[in-house]
Amino acid sequence: MMEPILSMRRVGKTHGEGAQRVDALVNVDLDLMPGELVAVTGRSGSGKTTLLNMAGALDIPTSGEIIVDGQSLASMSKNDLARLRRVSVGYVFQQFNLLPSLTAAENISLPLELDGMKPDEARILAENSLEEVGLGGMADRYPDQLSGGEQQRVAIARGLVGPRSVLLADEPTGALDEATGESILKLLRTRCDAGAAALMVTHEPAFAAWADRVVRLRDGRVESISERSKVPSTTADLG
Amino acid sequence: MGLKEGLLCLLVKEDAHGYQLKSELEATTGDTWQINIGQVYTTLQRLERDGLVESTESNGDGRVVYTVTETGREEATKWLTRPVDLAASGRDEISLKILMAMRSGVGDPRRVIEKQRGSTMGMLQDFTALKSDASNPDFAWQIYLDRLIFSAEAELRWLERVESRLEENPPTPIALEVNGPVEEMEEAR
Repeated sequence: MMEPILSMRRVGKTHGEGAQRVDALVNVDLDLMPGELVAVTGRSGSGKTTLLNMAGALDIPTSGEIIVDGQSLASMSKNDLARLRRVSVGYVFQQFNLLPSLTAAENISLPLELDGMKPDEARILAENSLEEVGLGGMADRYPDQLSGGEQQRVAIARGLVGPRSVLLADEPTGALDEATGESILKLLRTRCDAGAAALMVTHEPAFAAWADRVVRLRDGRVESISERSKVPSTTADLG
Repeated sequence: MGLKEGLLCLLVKEDAHGYQLKSELEATTGDTWQINIGQVYTTLQRLERDGLVESTESNGDGRVVYTVTETGREEATKWLTRPVDLAASGRDEISLKILMAMRSGVGDPRRVIEKQRGSTMGMLQDFTALKSDASNPDFAWQIYLDRLIFSAEAELRWLERVESRLEENPPTPIALEVNGPVEEMEEAR
């Protein structure tokens, strides 16, 4: 059987103590399989972003265990965690967070070079990654020469460059209009169909609907999960 | 749309016999409506009786060809441009389940909402997968899908709203006044 690339077991997160105690996450179980797109929905304050931060080792759970690529995050050193963030897990934020003084390709290759990769190799990986998100000809453009949708594509290319196979996306369509947002979801879907895995926070049902599974959080608990089922093939099946 | 309106509209387009009308109607609705040929003939007879269509024996093959009358043409146009009344669709099952859960205390209304949301979200996922599959360019199929997608989205938003309302006014099951009518009956006795 295929192993999950990211696995959360009974994960809890508590802020504060006594009367001020807030349970941000309560006993969350969640698996992300290779090739899977999972959407996390829920209202503001339901724990969506906390869950994403835990998955990416940006925050530490109060209880439970998180396993990424077969390794428990709790057992990893600071260096191991930093390496995990560089080689296994990529992020996409609502604000695209591209460096304005670097080209699209440089935004992607810089972290690789900082990690010790030769500039030529990093450049090739960056160009390939841009190609995969449909921005093959725009490697040398600066962020302000790109539309919002294109900038978010660069951010996704950066998130999934080289060996990285897990993308954590926090409201990746939040700053985009509906049609552009949909094109970003199409892209995430295509990248997942090609083998990547993505955990995406969104409050829009129409965007969550692109996922294989939709998880809903309520007061830090997983309340419900819906899955894509068999796909009807004619209108007669819809009737 | 009933069979009557469907047949009238198609006859405005051109004269036809019963079987042609059945095939054309099924094609128009993207094969979402499987039509019984017997019903087509009885409906055509009723339309003729009401003066909306006329029939003529066709050239030798024994089939009856139907033609729309001026009254029939007017009737078809009137029907097409009459807005569909959303409020006329009657009782809404999911609203009733939520209200019944609140009133009876049989189940938690939030659980009803949660189950419905899971089911509708799952359907929205399926519809979205179908929409992104560009291999079916059929127009009828596309407008049905768009309709289903928008309806599912609207229902999910509505459920969110109902949930907020429930939080503002938590449900208290209402005790049935079993004593009231019984006492009255005894007093009456």
